[in-house]
Amino acid sequence: MYPAPFEYYRADSVREVLELLEDHADEETELLAGGHALLPRMKMRQDSPDVLIDINELDDIIGIGHDGGETIFGALTRYVDIVDSDRVWEDCTPIAEATATIGDVQVRNMGTIGGNIAHSNPASDPPAAVLASNAQIVCQGLDGEREINADDFFVDAYSTALKEHELLTRIHVPNLEKNDAGAYVKHPIPSTGSALIGVATILHTDGEAIESARVAVNGAMDHTIRLEPVEEALTDEPLEANTAVSAADHVTNNLEVGMLQDDIHASNGSRAKLLEEYAERALAIAVDRALDSSKAMT
Amino acid sequence: MHDIELTVNGDEYQLEVEPRKLLVHALKEDIGLKGPNIGCESSLCGACTVHMDGDAAKSCTVLAVQADDTEIKTVEGLTENGQLHPLQESFREEHGLQCGYCTPGMLMTANELLERNSDPDQAEIREGLEGNLCRCTGYQNIVNAVESAAEKMSVATDGGRTNHDE
Amino acid sequence: MTSERAQKDEEHVFGSAIDRQEDPRLLTGRGTYIDDIQKPRMVHMAILRSPHAHAQINNIDTNAAEAMEGVLAAYTWDDLEAAGVPGNIPSIYNVPDQQDADHPVLAREKVRYQGKPVAVVIAEDRYIAHDARELIDIDYQPLEAVVDPIEATKTDAPTLHENVEDNVAFTWEVGDSDAVDEAFADADRTVGFESVNQRLVPNAMEPRGAVAEFDAVTEELTVHMGSQNPFDHEEIMSKVLGHPKGRIRIVVPDVGGAFGSKSMYYPGETLTAFCAKQLDRPVKWVETRSGAFKSDEQGRGQVIEGELAVDEDGTIRGLQVKTTAGIGGDLSSKGVVAPTTTFAPLLSQQYEIPAIHFQSRGMFTNAVPTAPYRGVGMAESAFTVERLMALAARELDMDPAEFRQKNFIPSEAFPYETAVGSFYDSGDYEAGLDKALDLVDYEELRERQTALREEGRYLGIGIGCFVVAGGFAPSAASEMLGLTDPDAAVRKSFWESSTIRVHETGEVTAYCGTASHGQGSETTHAQVIADTLGVSVEDVEIIEGKDTKNAPYGTGTVGDRGASMGGGALAKSAEKVIDKARRIAANQLEVAEEDVEFEDGEFFIRGAPGKSVTLQEAADQSYLATNIPEDMEPGLEATSYYDPANMTWASGSYVAIVEVDTQIGKIDIKRFVAIDDCGKQINPKIVEGQVHGGVVQGIGQALYEEAIYDKDGSLLTESLQDYPVPKAAQVPRIDVDSTVTPSPHNPIGAKGIGHSGAVGPQPAIVNAVTDALQPFGIEHLEMPLTVDTVLQALHDAEEGL
Repeated sequence: MYPAPFEYYRADSVREVLELLEDHADEETELLAGGHALLPRMKMRQDSPDVLIDINELDDIIGIGHDGGETIFGALTRYVDIVDSDRVWEDCTPIAEATATIGDVQVRNMGTIGGNIAHSNPASDPPAAVLASNAQIVCQGLDGEREINADDFFVDAYSTALKEHELLTRIHVPNLEKNDAGAYVKHPIPSTGSALIGVATILHTDGEAIESARVAVNGAMDHTIRLEPVEEALTDEPLEANTAVSAADHVTNNLEVGMLQDDIHASNGSRAKLLEEYAERALAIAVDRALDSSKAMT
Repeated sequence: MHDIELTVNGDEYQLEVEPRKLLVHALKEDIGLKGPNIGCESSLCGACTVHMDGDAAKSCTVLAVQADDTEIKTVEGLTENGQLHPLQESFREEHGLQCGYCTPGMLMTANELLERNSDPDQAEIREGLEGNLCRCTGYQNIVNAVESAAEKMSVATDGGRTNHDE
Repeated sequence: MTSERAQKDEEHVFGSAIDRQEDPRLLTGRGTYIDDIQKPRMVHMAILRSPHAHAQINNIDTNAAEAMEGVLAAYTWDDLEAAGVPGNIPSIYNVPDQQDADHPVLAREKVRYQGKPVAVVIAEDRYIAHDARELIDIDYQPLEAVVDPIEATKTDAPTLHENVEDNVAFTWEVGDSDAVDEAFADADRTVGFESVNQRLVPNAMEPRGAVAEFDAVTEELTVHMGSQNPFDHEEIMSKVLGHPKGRIRIVVPDVGGAFGSKSMYYPGETLTAFCAKQLDRPVKWVETRSGAFKSDEQGRGQVIEGELAVDEDGTIRGLQVKTTAGIGGDLSSKGVVAPTTTFAPLLSQQYEIPAIHFQSRGMFTNAVPTAPYRGVGMAESAFTVERLMALAARELDMDPAEFRQKNFIPSEAFPYETAVGSFYDSGDYEAGLDKALDLVDYEELRERQTALREEGRYLGIGIGCFVVAGGFAPSAASEMLGLTDPDAAVRKSFWESSTIRVHETGEVTAYCGTASHGQGSETTHAQVIADTLGVSVEDVEIIEGKDTKNAPYGTGTVGDRGASMGGGALAKSAEKVIDKARRIAANQLEVAEEDVEFEDGEFFIRGAPGKSVTLQEAADQSYLATNIPEDMEPGLEATSYYDPANMTWASGSYVAIVEVDTQIGKIDIKRFVAIDDCGKQINPKIVEGQVHGGVVQGIGQALYEEAIYDKDGSLLTESLQDYPVPKAAQVPRIDVDSTVTPSPHNPIGAKGIGHSGAVGPQPAIVNAVTDALQPFGIEHLEMPLTVDTVLQALHDAEEGL
């Protein structure tokens, strides 16, 4: 309940953050965004950084932008602002749907999308949505900016492709187009509400057949992963309920049950069963939505 | 040590705090409020919930330094001129509290819930209170109380609107 | 009756659902809990707990911690010993065959569970205390641990206490084993099962804590702490700390829930008091939630075997139950009762069972001690019997409701002595179950269940009927628990006391030995008095036994006794007050006492209602004392000690309707009906609240909660992140209703209602889920019914097919 002492800096700009990171390169340094992953750990002294850099006032990277065919989330955009945006629900359905199920209202008022993605908690909801959405993650270092594709971003439990002294600044998410649909569904862990299994999907369709699909899962492995065999099984198949059912059979094609998470919340056997079931449910919802939207268009 | 300035229930305070000090400790120890309670350390129980610039937040998961230049409202600030807030009234009428420990946080979360949704159904209330644990009431009377307060508040608001139209 | 009068009746009458007196302060942030207490010069204590479940301590080095700026001291067992502190926590309730074992407030050479206090550090600031705690260096030599109570019985199991053979802390049995053997030999069929009634973490929302102050001149030690029974705490603290009882004052502020967990005697409060004495400074200790997970004594934790003998026609012939309790590394101050004296007396539950035998053993294990938690022993008892009832009905191919109805103790059979020697005071079990079944439309439900199964949907209906005992009594029973022994930890019986003072204004101050912590006794006690004295509830102030030097002696609020015992004691005092006031009134009215009647706060002459003296006028005169009977002392005040002849035996009939999603192992409680019989209800709204809260704790045990340890004795569910205390959206609405069979021996006809809610849901829900999954051949499922439990059972059933 009592964090260990640390040096505290409140940064006013991205540049200042990067400089502070470099200045304190030899010390254990943490960035404080929403703080709802970090502060509980610090209170239990599972994390005791020497230096804490408060980045909550970096106004440049707060807020949601819309540019051509994509939605741009400033890293410090709070969950609540995502959930409150009708446009995000429409353009980036899985992101909105996953964000809406995070924690509770108090957490959603404080937590930030960038903080979440950078944390890469295997049981958190947004990573699968970001991965299924084929997002580009932008990060800034002292020597410039670079983009990382979501496919390359999530590396391990609590580990990402972000380099030390880089700051995640924005997440660019391609918008759903006409006839596309997405969904996120999950089986929550009773204690925290996090994802025991969470499945995000995006279906690109022509209104009659699935042209391509992305399916990603939280909670199953130590980081979010795509379910490529399911994606393949969906591709070029008719847009109908049966497709969801048969594609979900491929969930564990290249996943041994033994590779899945196995903890006090659920065994890997249960996770395998849930994964198949929730993949089917997510796909069924997405198929329904795609059919609805193509109907609405015609 | 850091100097911070914050407004709590309408009063301004200047505090000198260690950066690691949690807002809830500053509210309890430095300002002397008894409303926000500490029930866990994992940010799940919500007994410490306050409003920070109008949004419900768990004051055990915010550093006091982060509250610099913010407006904080605690359960003590719900009561105006000695008059119980409709939520407080309804919690009493519906027996929405037993030991009372979770109550300040429950009230502050319910208050935000009603600000966002003036006519929630029971399922929405239960979802909306996900961040607040109660071990005594089984939640049923809390849910009833929030529902009843919503009715009272909408009557009050409608009344106001009618007057305005006239 | 004028409307004003009707209004007044509505306000005070016994049985009305009035608002609580406690609420205005609690709703406005004006409640005072332990952490709200601030004292000048106050310092903060933090407890260092063992990370090992079983280890030898070779050395403790506190130098670095003590050297830290802002740190006043750090103490270990050696410091307690040097200060002459006895430091050993005694067992309050005892059974004859019980071993003495060490229970030091700080580890002495050895730790026997993860979380055992090893040292304390005191600093100017709570943050610094926790910084310094990390600097205490301890050389542990880990030892092999045993967590499972059955494993602990094995010959090659590690030994926890050198002087305790085979880890057996106690054994106990009750009932007639010969009669049971005979019944089982004669009966047509027997059913049996073994199950783990899993360990639970109480998780009162306010963690335990204390603020201790010491006056070095007068030697007065004041300890503010959350306590359900402050007088017990005072007496034991005197012995554990070696401080005169007359110089200890326990003061209880508002308490943020307890559920039994604040009735035991623990190290933390003692250590706070010790530090205050040593340092001559007020000391505050507030445990963190993670500390509470490893120090609040845990509930249940028993491995239970049950067998029921039945005849083909559905007649129950006999019951046999054996339990093996894992009682943890130290024997809790109340560690004996759950597997023994609160378990066995309920075994007949609502049924005529001619022969019952019960055997129990308490095993030391490397886990947090176990102790009473809401439903103590009674939940285990009801779960065992009600699961057997479901299994037997299935075996006999009888409807489970009909099977119960056939075996109920008939309402005309009360008072009823069970085969385990309990005397049930009153009850009408058939009425309770009938009401529950009517509410859910049982017949229709069974049809719907059949129809849904055709669609591959699995609806289940489960019944949980139970009896709970409240208000431990009579005093003679204290002997049985060793409470009257000369060297007993607390020499006491369980009566309750009260004093009622009527002021000259007609206002009332009432003192009662209970110590409520959410039950609303400030309201219900006031209702009992208001009703008897004919005054308004607002004019009654209740002062409970929460200050051991400024309140009457009392047993506290534990074991379903607040309303029945406190209310009973107050009703007796109220009658005494009326008797005295009647004499004063008769004197003023110049008639014989026998001719004066009392109603609604007024004395009047029988047959001449025009002339009257109000209670207030009589009170006024009692203090003026100018016109009172010659032989009468002034004042209007009475004290009573209520020592009932029997406990109160409440009952409940619960029905759960669930649907199981077999694809994802999810249990949806479609409806939950709780019919309770707690005798006469003082305040139905408060009764309902008790049931709601209890039921959700019961649902918590059935579906979510378990203290999980690994093989080395590490608690894996060590925070709310891993241990699911139910949230609002995870529990259903509960339909609450009641039947009323007043307790014939209680002055107000009340029975307890605290435990009930936490007793009935577990069997109702497990019975419902196994009923739903009957098509898969699933007979039993272990609690909690997690996704793993359900999916694994379905998987095994599939493999079996």
